[in-house]
Amino acid sequence: MTIQFNDETFRDDYSFRNSPWAIKRFPFPFHEDSYMYSVNMEQHRGGPAGSVFEKRFDVDEHYISEMRDRAIVLAEDPLRCQSLPHMTLAGWDLLELIMVSKSEDYPDLFQLYRDGNRWRWVNKPLGIDDSFTFMDETTLPHGPMEYITRQTQGDFAVLDQRDDNLWMDAGMITTQADWSLDFDIGMNFFEWHAPVPLAHEMGIFKRALKFLMNVQQGAPARRLNWTMTVNPLLDTSPENYHKWGIQKTELTAENIGAKQHLRVELQTFYRLPRSNALVFPIRCYLIAFQDLVTMPKWGRRLHRVIRDLPEELATYKGFIANRPLMLEYLSRFDDGLPTSPGVWADLETEPPLQK
Amino acid sequence: MSKFQFPQSIASRPVYGTLAPRPGKAHLMMADAEGAEALLDLAAQAGARDSGLMAKAHILYLPRQTGEAFVDRLRALNPAQFYVGPSFDAALPRLRRVLSDAHMGLQVYLAGTEGLIGRAAAELAAAGIPVGSVQTEHRGSVARRMQCVHCKGITEDVITDPFVCAHCGLNLFVRDHYSRRLAAFQGVCIDAEDPGNVPEPVELYR
Repeated sequence: MTIQFNDETFRDDYSFRNSPWAIKRFPFPFHEDSYMYSVNMEQHRGGPAGSVFEKRFDVDEHYISEMRDRAIVLAEDPLRCQSLPHMTLAGWDLLELIMVSKSEDYPDLFQLYRDGNRWRWVNKPLGIDDSFTFMDETTLPHGPMEYITRQTQGDFAVLDQRDDNLWMDAGMITTQADWSLDFDIGMNFFEWHAPVPLAHEMGIFKRALKFLMNVQQGAPARRLNWTMTVNPLLDTSPENYHKWGIQKTELTAENIGAKQHLRVELQTFYRLPRSNALVFPIRCYLIAFQDLVTMPKWGRRLHRVIRDLPEELATYKGFIANRPLMLEYLSRFDDGLPTSPGVWADLETEPPLQK
Repeated sequence: MSKFQFPQSIASRPVYGTLAPRPGKAHLMMADAEGAEALLDLAAQAGARDSGLMAKAHILYLPRQTGEAFVDRLRALNPAQFYVGPSFDAALPRLRRVLSDAHMGLQVYLAGTEGLIGRAAAELAAAGIPVGSVQTEHRGSVARRMQCVHCKGITEDVITDPFVCAHCGLNLFVRDHYSRRLAAFQGVCIDAEDPGNVPEPVELYR
């Protein structure tokens, strides 16, 4: 299908909206009626047609507006994109991976022409047509990682692998769930995850690291993560927390359906061929509560998950103060009926709301 | 004795040991304030086994508020080179010059406040000194070097939580999350969700 790109904002007047198409394909993260941490990895080898899992780098109706928002963030704070000196080769690897994947998966939107090291990249939605020399930084307006990730939805952490660990040595981080690249750059896997509660004690990070260090070329992996955001704000950075934190207090029983968003990260993991680095795209999808509950199964399940979530997790994810308000709203969409297993909405088979 | 046992914390928070003499071609020792006591203890340990340690040692010492209390005793150890300086920034050009001449087999001993240890360790890492040849021992104040995550400014010697950022003036709470690259802990606005509601500052670890 041809994507109709939205003209929308993720700040100020918050004109961001999901179309019925985007609601239907939303990556709902809960496969059962409760949630606890797990190393919920699976192979990233496509998925149902039209789902966000189908393509290697999903492009949706928010593409152009998200790239505009990223440019605003970078103009205000260039430290959101950094690469330590030894990571330039990984940047070229990433540029190649994205250009090849997008031109193959969306040939009507992106085209790549290669003649040896002389490359031409056409990005029709953003109106870009650049010719450059692969592996020659002087022929691009930015470094290779910054150049391509200014044109790709989602944050990107580029991890060096050495000393039996992964090191956060480069990244483009403008749509993050409250962590700072500028602070965390150069840290190893355990250090940058240090503030996460419970998961260390559960051995989650040891197992995840083992898995990730063994991701092979051509065999990417993926998982979902989630949190909550008031207003469709992509830039929930610690850098700007003193500006956006107050918005969390503006929820009311009247506006919660429109204002409160479930924020889901589709995290994928690719081994890069020349550098042996691991790239970790973190793609953020937002959905308003009032849109999410149009899928009866998701409404029932989200209520149960939020109700039963351990207090530490609700605190860490930053919505402990708003949980009562959320439950008051969500309980209206939970009639107590059982839900089918798995994340899909199953609209044809799940009964409509019985109250 | 000014040793403080830090409670167990998260994975990014540094932990410190006790300095012990190691065989090496050269020994670089850097300390501030009560960190001098750790170097004196180190020399006493070495005295029994390796009288050559101090003959190959270069001490960089920043007395700070301790003034002359330890200077003469350190000098009496007869290190090959002895420097006394007023601040880390003042000592930095000398430290970098020393590191530019460093060879395989250099042993490094850092002692004193977390700010001194962290900044020196970051310089050592930037110079390519292997972490395995660097020992650290905390002595003296438990004050912290804090980065404001909002304005990026560093506030030195923070002793209370919360505290006021010396650069942008926001009220910040003290996290245990620590960046070795910045040699700083992270400070985050404490009243973002309730402007003006700033708890009374409490001294760290009290």
